[in-house]
Amino acid sequence: MIDFSRNHFELFGLPARFRCDTAALDRAYRTLQTEVHPDRFAAAADSDRRVALQSSARVNEAYRALKDPVSRAQYLLALHGVDAMAETDTALSIDFLERQLERREAAADAVAARDARTLDAIATSVRAEIVDREAILADLIDGAGAYESARAAVRELRFLTKLAADLDDSLGELEDVA
Amino acid sequence: MALLQISEPDAPEAPRERRRAIGIDLGTTNSLVATVRNGIPVVLPDDHGRPLLPSIVRYGEDGVTVGHAAQALQARDPQNTIVSVKRLMGRGLSDLSDARRFPYRFIDDPGMVRIGTRAGPRSPVEVSADILRSLRHRAELALGGPVEGAVVTVPAYFDDAQRQATKDAARLAGLEVLRLLNEPTAAAIAYGLDNAAEGTYAVYDLGGGTFDISILRLSRGVFEVLATNGDSALGGDDFDHRVYCWIIEAAALPPLSPEDTRLLMVKAREAKENLTLHPAAPVVANLANGTKLDLTITAEGFTEITQNLIAKTLAPVKRALRDAKLQPSDITGVVMVGGATRMPQVQKAVGDFFGQPPLTNLNPDQVVALGAAIQADALVGNKAAGDEWLLLDVIPLSLGLETMGGLAEKIVPRNSTIPVTRAQEFTTFKNGQSAMSIHVVQGERERVADCRSLARFDLRGIPPMAAGAARIRVTFQVDADGLLSVSARELATGIESSVSVKPSYGLTDAEVARMLQDSFAHASDDMAARAWAEAVVEADQLVDATQSALAADGELLTSAERASIDAALAVVAQARAGTDHRALAVASAALNHATAEFAARRMDRSVAHALSGKRIDAVA
Repeated sequence: MIDFSRNHFELFGLPARFRCDTAALDRAYRTLQTEVHPDRFAAAADSDRRVALQSSARVNEAYRALKDPVSRAQYLLALHGVDAMAETDTALSIDFLERQLERREAAADAVAARDARTLDAIATSVRAEIVDREAILADLIDGAGAYESARAAVRELRFLTKLAADLDDSLGELEDVA
Repeated sequence: MALLQISEPDAPEAPRERRRAIGIDLGTTNSLVATVRNGIPVVLPDDHGRPLLPSIVRYGEDGVTVGHAAQALQARDPQNTIVSVKRLMGRGLSDLSDARRFPYRFIDDPGMVRIGTRAGPRSPVEVSADILRSLRHRAELALGGPVEGAVVTVPAYFDDAQRQATKDAARLAGLEVLRLLNEPTAAAIAYGLDNAAEGTYAVYDLGGGTFDISILRLSRGVFEVLATNGDSALGGDDFDHRVYCWIIEAAALPPLSPEDTRLLMVKAREAKENLTLHPAAPVVANLANGTKLDLTITAEGFTEITQNLIAKTLAPVKRALRDAKLQPSDITGVVMVGGATRMPQVQKAVGDFFGQPPLTNLNPDQVVALGAAIQADALVGNKAAGDEWLLLDVIPLSLGLETMGGLAEKIVPRNSTIPVTRAQEFTTFKNGQSAMSIHVVQGERERVADCRSLARFDLRGIPPMAAGAARIRVTFQVDADGLLSVSARELATGIESSVSVKPSYGLTDAEVARMLQDSFAHASDDMAARAWAEAVVEADQLVDATQSALAADGELLTSAERASIDAALAVVAQARAGTDHRALAVASAALNHATAEFAARRMDRSVAHALSGKRIDAVA
């Protein structure tokens, strides 16, 4: 069975870095699930089945946390005692917020006008900014070890990721109706 | 008759005994049971060779009948002949937008509707258990003994209440449920293992009453569901109903009796099936009200009245792709499952959407049961080391809690890989609040009123604290069957409360007691069926052994001896054609007796033969 005291990176035998070899993560995830999944213990004693359920759920949780860049960054900061989403410190810079507000308004207009092309252009610019934030985070976390300074970038990345998902949903709905 | 079975002195040991495991596809229209034999999944047919069991149960004057016999009487006795019961699983009367479509006497019980029948009120769980029991008996006859474990399939888009109801039905039918398996995933297993497929596949599963779409990644023996979506009240039945409505309109029929309604539903289905191969189909019927119908429906007309049903399946397909972050062009292949995918216009719509013709080389009726059998075989431990594969499935709908203002807070988002455990902390709303009411819901909507309510329970004994000071951790755990249990714990005091989301559809204690009593009543049927199964196995072995002995050493017998053995064989064959397990056991015993002297002579010859051919130390 798995060692519940190890952190997510240790569980998969990966270095605790923001730049992540996702292929290696996928492989390690599948290898671990092959060993611990409840299907392997369907005919076993109740106690073994319970352990398999807990172990498999733990592996799923670790995989989910590391697969997504926002939660991976948050988790890395937490490992270094930094809470990226602390309630007392949720403010984003005014510049950043203004830019996103403009984007949201433009997106709402595009949806109202059923203008998929404009909506798609906004989504593309958001995705470019996501790539940019990820590069910043890699430098701050993996390079400088500047976990405190990384907080703002993590929050911005989370905001942008949510925005990109919302834009994709709106695009999808436009296409559904089309 | 052990004496007749003489094995070679140095023959290899008998292979490790395989455990009897089955896969069951409990369908809206038809159900099937399959098993793995010699490494190959096979559907087990009934004693007339028919693989499909119509999912129809009749509560008649003389007891319960299931399948073809019930189907034959459905138009004569529609109120006591239950079809499409799967649509009612885990559903209350208010959930059924199409309740008028069923001619049943519905009884609105909290949580799950019941049906008034000649045999008394029956819940959908009990009706489904009657279908499952029939399949269990079929399997036990075919496999020669009790079934040790079953995988039962459910639509991927079934919610917790529908899954729980299915598991309860299987238990009520005396089955040990190894796993509830999502139907499209079962199909992917059967398809993927058969074709050594790699890549990203879409499984489009349009059954009798449910629609599922699952996107799976198949890679080196791992089946990973990336996203699933669907509609648990959309299927081939709805196409039949469109044709039915068309008939009513075309013939300008007045309101019909339940008998005529059911007759026309049957005619509508026949016409639909007819249109799969022909450009037009006749609809001819003599109604009890004296009307003689003679209509023709064309393929174009059928396509027109059903096109928005097909469109209704494509919206979930798009949502699933979006959740998987994929485009239609990323899909390696599209596997079609469910009898309704035989309709040419469904195949065309799906082919157009994905830009490739769908894969139809599998029997769409059987592939789910075959996949379930493969999974059952693996779960009971019959699989050899080395040919192992792994299944990673997801929950179809988000799970959450009601928070202030009637809003749903999602705890486990849809398409989370199971098993999954997720906890969230909540706090109190008022000063000195001593209890917290936990309302568990499932669905994607923001407002609790728009989600499905799964369970309510209270966490009591919270010590008096200021509002917002208590910390209550609520933990959701979804197991590998996709079933939820929830616990709540106040972190300062450790006070704990938990619920497995079982009572959601409101089985009362009295109802559970009655079901158990009923199952005891059925137990005598079960025992008779088991005794028969055992008698059949014994008789068949005996007849086989006797016939091969006669072929090998028949010359050891006088013609009178030979005649008495032949007569005993004939008596066994006669009893085997009947249903009385005692008669068969007596006939077997008589055959055994008639062959005793023959067996002794064969043994003598065999020993002499062995001794003549081998050195003495080889027989010692």
